[in-house]
Amino acid sequence: MQVVNTPIQENEKLNAKSDKVAREKPKTDPINGSHANVGETVGKPFAKHPKMTMRNVDVFYGDKQAIYDVSLDIGKHEVVAMIGPSGCGKSTFLRCLNRMNDTIDICKVKGEIKLEELDVYHPKQDVVPLRARVGMVFQKPNPFPKSIYDNVAYGPRIHGLFERKTDLDEIVENSLRRASLWEEVKDRLHSPGTGLSGGQQQRLCIARTIAVSPEVILMDEPCSALDPIATAKIEELIAELSKKFTIAIVTHSMQQAARVSHRTAYFHMGKLVEVNDTKRVFTNPQHKLTEAYITGRFG
Amino acid sequence: MDFSQIFMVMAATIAMTFFLGRYRALKLGQATGGRKSLNSLPTYYGSLMAMWCGIPCFILLALWMMFDDVIISQAIMQELPQAVLELPTNERGLIFNMISNTAENGARAGAEPYMVAAAERLQSLRETSQLTLIACLASLFLVIMLVVWAKMSAKTRARSQVEKGFKWLLLICASIAIFTTAGIVFSVLFESIRFFQSVPLTEFLFGLEWSPQMAIRSDQVGGSGAFGAVPLFAGTLLISAIAMVIAVPAGLMAAIYLSEYARPAVRSAVKPLLEVLAGIPTVVYGFFAALTVAPFIRDTGGLIGLSVSSESALAAGLVMGIMIIPFVSSLSDDVINAVPQSLRDGAYGLGATRSETIKQVVIPAALPGIVGGILLAVSRAIGETMIVVMAAGLAANLTANPLESVTTVTVQIVTLLVGDQEFNSPKTLSAFALGLMLFTITLVLNYVALLVVKKYREQYE
Repeated sequence: MQVVNTPIQENEKLNAKSDKVAREKPKTDPINGSHANVGETVGKPFAKHPKMTMRNVDVFYGDKQAIYDVSLDIGKHEVVAMIGPSGCGKSTFLRCLNRMNDTIDICKVKGEIKLEELDVYHPKQDVVPLRARVGMVFQKPNPFPKSIYDNVAYGPRIHGLFERKTDLDEIVENSLRRASLWEEVKDRLHSPGTGLSGGQQQRLCIARTIAVSPEVILMDEPCSALDPIATAKIEELIAELSKKFTIAIVTHSMQQAARVSHRTAYFHMGKLVEVNDTKRVFTNPQHKLTEAYITGRFG
Repeated sequence: MDFSQIFMVMAATIAMTFFLGRYRALKLGQATGGRKSLNSLPTYYGSLMAMWCGIPCFILLALWMMFDDVIISQAIMQELPQAVLELPTNERGLIFNMISNTAENGARAGAEPYMVAAAERLQSLRETSQLTLIACLASLFLVIMLVVWAKMSAKTRARSQVEKGFKWLLLICASIAIFTTAGIVFSVLFESIRFFQSVPLTEFLFGLEWSPQMAIRSDQVGGSGAFGAVPLFAGTLLISAIAMVIAVPAGLMAAIYLSEYARPAVRSAVKPLLEVLAGIPTVVYGFFAALTVAPFIRDTGGLIGLSVSSESALAAGLVMGIMIIPFVSSLSDDVINAVPQSLRDGAYGLGATRSETIKQVVIPAALPGIVGGILLAVSRAIGETMIVVMAAGLAANLTANPLESVTTVTVQIVTLLVGDQEFNSPKTLSAFALGLMLFTITLVLNYVALLVVKKYREQYE
């Protein structure tokens, strides 16, 4: 995690101003609170070297608004954790970043989401190259009903990332190694991926994602279906992966957010309440709602 | 009053006992401190009462109906004159029929005096029997009802008894299908054995010629009878293959469109429409095949210089294929929908397009279920009769040319059994052998299909 100290320190200056924004105490009980008392995002939502920039993002499911005016940066090689109570919109927001919400007909996204200079929601933007650059790991391990090898080779195959079979072998091996799964499966690459344990399956899914060499990896509660030992392995892996990739992770576990992320974003009822360095969020939250959530008073 | 009336009155009375039992339970509850002191809900006591009163009465009624006529006719026959008793069985039956007609419709001209006497005796016996039945039923009912009434207490475990009764009812319903299947199998099996006594099994299985005409008299011209079933099974196979070539791609693609591409509004409109195809009677498909499709194929073939017979395997196969489309599409649609969304998300998340996701992830995951569906459709195609009877012809050609007329197993069974038949000629009996073969084949196919589907089910649970 030390590797990434630099971008964080740089972010410090950029966000210094928003730190000072005065906060009003919520007038009502936070549990039943309305959007009115959430107000502007506190902390430092912006990064100096952003990989992805989101500005004034609104998301609607039909008539219902799920995300209200969220602005956030994810810096290069940064791990940003998104936490918040169920239904607060953190997963919805994450799925906007590689347009996974496109599969839901009634979902509409407004505002600006950029991957470096690429406008993610530009009408002419094809989702296929976008998703090759912004990969995703899901809540439940979802290996395809194919062999371990074919699972990892799937992405390189559909994107045509290799010329010779040996190149593909290499991609598969490297990806499995980086997902620290190689040692466990190298002797049974051609047995079905569904035969692995839950934790192994999830690492297989991570290997499958990194085989495409994305720039950003989105993780939607990647450990919620796993036991503590498998979780620890994945968390180690995230720290390792952040050297090469930019990671946005949604999690229900505050300890996990504290362990793996550089910055933490707290969502509440579709609004981004507070973003700050992870340590700061968990030791000295600035917003009442954040404090209430991390001290376990609701959520 | 005949049996159906007795039955209706009895059913109504038994229904009343439900309310009686419930009333009794409520009373018991009041006596012992409210409904909560009852072991079960009052409706269970009602059902228990109805069950106890109903089952013995219905059994008695059923037994009476079974043996009533037999016993009475025995009694009548014994009182007939010695001369009649010495007649052969079928003539005695004829005489008994006359007696029973006399009893119902009055004496006709030519009725012997002993017949009239027997008819009167028969009539009185029947009346007695019915009165006795009513008396028995009523007393049985009353006794049971009083006993149940007296024995019923707040501690009676009505619910568990009713549940047990219900379980038996379900078991009986389930076994109806099994017993029917067994009955069919045995009846077909015994007739087939008789057939194989006159025609060797090897000739039937491997013979290449089918012409079931047997000479009835030794000097008759035409047909010494050839019972090689190969042309029939080849015809069945040909037509089924054509049908599957139509139905599998069309059905599968329809299913993919419906489950992956169609908007919910389109889906909810198209799916029922597609299933309407399954509701069209096969005889309607049959004349569509015979009167519209077959001439069309013949004329089109004529235009490009092919000679197509007016009853072709192609016409029957095409129409049968269309008939099976909803079968394939509906089953495939179900299994495609059962593929977890997370698998699709996984592929989309890697940047796969929709068609790549479907081809490489969804279909492979759903494949066992789809195969199961297709096998069920095949057994449907093999057993289909009406379309082929009308559109495929009767000539047992051994050919692989879909433009010629062929015949199928089912068509031959129909033609063999239509009209007056002698049940001791191999011609008629061969229908049973064919049926047995067909049954075995579809049974095996269904079994394999079920195995495949079952294997698939285990995958996601």
